[in-house]
Amino acid sequence: MSASKNEIKDIHMDVLREIGNIGAGNAATSLSKLMQRKIDMSVPSVQILELNEVSAALGGEENIVAGIYFQISGDINGFIMLLLDIQSSKTLTNILMMREDSSNELDEMDKSALQEVGNILSGAYVSSLSSLTNLSINISVPSLCIDMAGAILSVPAIYFSHISDKILLINTAMNEHSDKSVNANFLLIPDFDSFKTLMNSLGVAL
Amino acid sequence: MKKMIKVGMAEYKIVKVPEILTTLGLGSCIGICLYDKQAKIAGLAHIMLPSSIQIKNNTNKAKFADTAIELLLNDIIGLGALKRKITAKIAGGAQMFAFSNNSNDLMKIGLRNAEATKLILKSHGIPILSEDTGGNYGRTIEFDPSNGELMIKTIGHGIKVI
Repeated sequence: MSASKNEIKDIHMDVLREIGNIGAGNAATSLSKLMQRKIDMSVPSVQILELNEVSAALGGEENIVAGIYFQISGDINGFIMLLLDIQSSKTLTNILMMREDSSNELDEMDKSALQEVGNILSGAYVSSLSSLTNLSINISVPSLCIDMAGAILSVPAIYFSHISDKILLINTAMNEHSDKSVNANFLLIPDFDSFKTLMNSLGVAL
Repeated sequence: MKKMIKVGMAEYKIVKVPEILTTLGLGSCIGICLYDKQAKIAGLAHIMLPSSIQIKNNTNKAKFADTAIELLLNDIIGLGALKRKITAKIAGGAQMFAFSNNSNDLMKIGLRNAEATKLILKSHGIPILSEDTGGNYGRTIEFDPSNGELMIKTIGHGIKVI
């Protein structure tokens, strides 16, 4: 197959965008159930960015963010990453543990809670993807890393760079109350063969 | 006032004194600094992958260690550096996420990037004066061609100059 045929076209990006919308919606619903509270979700913004623009979208390369990473396997392989800025991470763990902690420090308890929230959000995301495509998809345990956005994003960027210089970023704002917003970013990165499988299952063959 | 020149992911740039090269938030990528001390010319590449061979999407040559080093060498020599005077300093190549089953190649990409970079520099006969690679944390680096110092800043792992 020639290189040009392997390129991702607009229609494939549109499909990824739609998957992102549905997945993020289900994730917010799951979070709402977990917390037994109403969680509002903004319409996700789905951006297709150049590699260089991704960290800017997350507040700059040196901005400290929490990245929760999951491997996916089964009919498709790749990974999912949930990215939260530190303020959103803290808001989320505060809601979860029903407390008011105004510091921006994340202790071990917070980190553990974050991984659990990540589990729920990514699980919901994957299950909607799975039912949409009829593909069997398993998800790994989470791995958390809190560091510079640029450094964390180097992992998906490298993975995705095998197939494209662009990356798909889905940003969703979730609110419990209007004053406390949680900004969640999802990255879905299938490997190249899985990308083809995914597209085939959705009727837009690569 | 020294002017800071920013190098983005999968980019490379060449500067002369008094400009300073920087790249922010290196994770598994590698920052490769080439430097001619006498000419005070330096180049910095922010590479993502070890090799352009067997990669279909390989039009951006600054993305790969092999082709980026060639580009850097060409341009730095073009600006007046002498090949035999060129030295290197490298940083990055971290493993940001850990898993108990470490079979995934992607997780080891930082290590592979570092190994490939060293091998390619060696094949060009360029000595590596110092390096700060590996670990599980991000790095912001600054290279100053006025003194050849590479400053490395981290979150929670201090600042050092190599």
